[in-house]
Amino acid sequence: MAKNIGRRVLQTLLVLFCVSLAIFILLRIVPGDAITTMMGEHADAETIARLTAEMDLDKPFYVQFWTYLKDICTGNFGTSYTLHKPVTELLAAAFPNTVKLALIAAAIAWMIGILCGVVAAVTKDGILDRLFMGFSLFGVSIPVFMVAMVLQYLIAYRLGWVSISGVEKWTGFILPAVALGWNSAGSIARLTRSTLVEVLQEDYIDTAKAKGLGRPAVIFLHALRNAMLPVITMMALQISSLLSGAVITETIFSINGIGRLAVDAITSRDIPLLQGTVLFTTVIVILGNLVADCLYTVLDPRIRKGA
Amino acid sequence: MEECLLEINHLKSYFFTRKGVSPAVDDVSLRVPRGKIVGIVGESGCGKSMTAKSVMDLLKYPGRIAGGTILLEGRDLTKLGSRERRKIRGEDISMIFQEPMTSLNPVVKVGKQVREAILVHQKVDRTEAKNRVLEVFRQVGISEPEKRYECYPHELSGGLRQRVMIAMAMVCKPKLLIADEPTTALDVTIEAQILKLIKELCKNSGMSCLLISHNLGVIAQMCDYVYVMYAGKIVEQGDVFTLFDHPAHPYTKGLLASIIRLDEQRERLSTIPGVVPNLMHLPKGCAFCNRCPESSARCETERPELYELREGHASRCFGSLESEASHE
Amino acid sequence: MRRKKEQPGQEVDRKEALAAQLGESDTLKDKMGRMAADNKLAVFSAVVIAVFILAAVFAPYLTPFDFDEMDLMARLAPPSSKHLLGTDELGRDVLTRLLYGARVSLVVGIVPTIISMLVGAVLGMVSGYIGGITDSVIMRLADVVLSFPSLLLAMVIMYTMGDGIVSIFIALAVTNWASVARVVRSETLSLRETEYVEAARSMGVKDVAIIFRHILPNCIPSLIVLFTLNVPSAILSESSLSFLGIGVQLPNSSWGLMVNMGRTFLYNAPWLSLVPSAAIMLVVLAFNFLGDGLRDVLDPHLKNS
Repeated sequence: MAKNIGRRVLQTLLVLFCVSLAIFILLRIVPGDAITTMMGEHADAETIARLTAEMDLDKPFYVQFWTYLKDICTGNFGTSYTLHKPVTELLAAAFPNTVKLALIAAAIAWMIGILCGVVAAVTKDGILDRLFMGFSLFGVSIPVFMVAMVLQYLIAYRLGWVSISGVEKWTGFILPAVALGWNSAGSIARLTRSTLVEVLQEDYIDTAKAKGLGRPAVIFLHALRNAMLPVITMMALQISSLLSGAVITETIFSINGIGRLAVDAITSRDIPLLQGTVLFTTVIVILGNLVADCLYTVLDPRIRKGA
Repeated sequence: MEECLLEINHLKSYFFTRKGVSPAVDDVSLRVPRGKIVGIVGESGCGKSMTAKSVMDLLKYPGRIAGGTILLEGRDLTKLGSRERRKIRGEDISMIFQEPMTSLNPVVKVGKQVREAILVHQKVDRTEAKNRVLEVFRQVGISEPEKRYECYPHELSGGLRQRVMIAMAMVCKPKLLIADEPTTALDVTIEAQILKLIKELCKNSGMSCLLISHNLGVIAQMCDYVYVMYAGKIVEQGDVFTLFDHPAHPYTKGLLASIIRLDEQRERLSTIPGVVPNLMHLPKGCAFCNRCPESSARCETERPELYELREGHASRCFGSLESEASHE
Repeated sequence: MRRKKEQPGQEVDRKEALAAQLGESDTLKDKMGRMAADNKLAVFSAVVIAVFILAAVFAPYLTPFDFDEMDLMARLAPPSSKHLLGTDELGRDVLTRLLYGARVSLVVGIVPTIISMLVGAVLGMVSGYIGGITDSVIMRLADVVLSFPSLLLAMVIMYTMGDGIVSIFIALAVTNWASVARVVRSETLSLRETEYVEAARSMGVKDVAIIFRHILPNCIPSLIVLFTLNVPSAILSESSLSFLGIGVQLPNSSWGLMVNMGRTFLYNAPWLSLVPSAAIMLVVLAFNFLGDGLRDVLDPHLKNS
């Protein structure tokens, strides 16, 4: 097991390195001049000179990359040009909001998704199954911004139950989290159903029934544990889509999170900020996948003992 | 006849599919006396597993029991609610399956899986239950029971897994053990060990056993009484000696002729030509007539009954009835 | 080894499965036909998609208004008999803009998907067939792409490439090829072990020929399914980008951009943003239903990927 995880960690480090290289290339080696792209056509010569020096743009490629790598390893993402603050500080301020948003969304989505999936699988081909599965296909097909705006319009504006935007109160998180979790709930429900239906055909389910276990025990103790393995993989993949979706929900509900920071960075052409947000979210995704892999290893004994 | 533990009368288990009704078990009656091993033999698809699953209430949709009674010590199981059925499963009747590879939950330790069977039915604490499991492990010949208790199924060999399955079936000391092709997936040497174990367990505990197999060799070695099934029906029944020495039904004769015998030198293995007919489109007459070497015109138009030839020996064949008559 | 239990009722299905394994009697066309017979929803979805495509192509003939025709007297008018879906802040007919927007949205759904499928299929086959270092490099590359939250990666690419529809094509193709490559690779791995590929190799058939003659045709069903499922996700990505203002730019229009423009008026003219949202949802839903139906008949084991 330790060997497996060790190899996985090494692989992760390699991917991390490649990711930082990719971001470096994408953001620094812009066609044309990085600074003109960033500052617009009318930047004065002095600013250009200052920025060129600051960003090491006058030095060769590998020196630039080395400085950049050293900086990000020490947590120094530079200073935002538009907000005039260290990017690290901005990220630290925005991160808790994104985390809260994503966690609440994931909690709602995964609970509802698994529940619907289980009910659908157990009542396979019945009314509830069709209902939930139709609903979940709607879930994965509705754009995040549509859910967000419909909720905002109906619940916040028309009914006035929660504030339209902002997260000063914790209730402010409810609508954005529902909007964000909507898609994930749909895909989790569909996956849970299909794997559970498959698992319920397995021989060991007959064994469990033959032992005299009741239906709930068979489903929850024996079937679900096996069916959850692919679902966990999908949950890990959803960290990435939740962060993507957060970009949109945070924009719509004016939440000061990483996603909105990224959008602001793009619209104001703030390279250090953009680089910081993208690197940061990607690292979260990679770490999330690593954790899921380890969890998977713990839950599936067949992998654990290196079979 | 001896005291009867399980009595199945006119059991009908059908598949109700969109394309029609398929009578997988059609009017099957059989008796399992206390302390005896009773065998059901037949090709795959003949309904023997379905019979066992009907007893266990493990039929999968769209299959269900359409008629008949299943009496365990006089109690009709088909009339019981699901809660009561569940109490009987594992406690009074337990079952071992064909595939030891897939019959154990891959993500749960085998010890816990066996322990669960005790905890469902009896009010004992976990340590007590564990001790019982270890004891049963020893009984079924699992060496180093403590170590095996903590193993996951994939870490055990096929034979060992089947021993675990047997332990799970035995742990509540059931009155009846249903063994559905318990050795089909195992090597020949392991097969012999497992069969010996089942036989000993039955002898020592007074448990009855319903053994299902397609292998007549296994049946001959294990059973006291045998039922031969074909296309959902019992075609011949009798005690093991009568059946093997004087098979009456052409199907049984065919099965016997196709076993590999080491003591005989034969040019080629005899087989029964043709395949089992589709249950949804059974021939009008005898279901076996299209493959039967002895079939007559009557067989194609009329369905034979199960004719009692001697005390305890019956055959579903016009021919066997006639030849019996000419004997007397 | 899994053995299906004795269920005579399934004999017909078993025969079908066997025929499918042999891959001869059951052609792609047969399977599609079976889906058409069994899955009415998938057929209906295909019709919906066709209607949207036709509507986009024949947009000028379907509406009396011009794409940019403004009616300043009727700004933000709610749906009426003249303007079926109302008008926007400049008095332009929403239905007309929706029809024209469909052109961009559908093209952006389809073109990058084709690019990413081609790239993904080739890299996946090469990776799975050749193995070794090539495989490692391609798969790590895919890992890197899949590590990014897709929307953020697309945003960064848009930043680097600048605005414009070609940039969107590239951004979406770059973010989507990796998952295709993974599926195709795993399929190639199992195909490589089959007898007919071994036989072809033992006869000295060139690798390129094996890939195109034996591996690719067997990947086609999966690719069809992936295509139908990737088009809607590309449409969603484009609309997200445009919604954030970094995708399609004025004076062009796409559904995502319409939503973005209408968002300012969410409270007094909700149809401005909700109508194009609903259009996106409908098309995506239709593609997903169709993809689901195709997957059931063409490639059941894709279900969990």
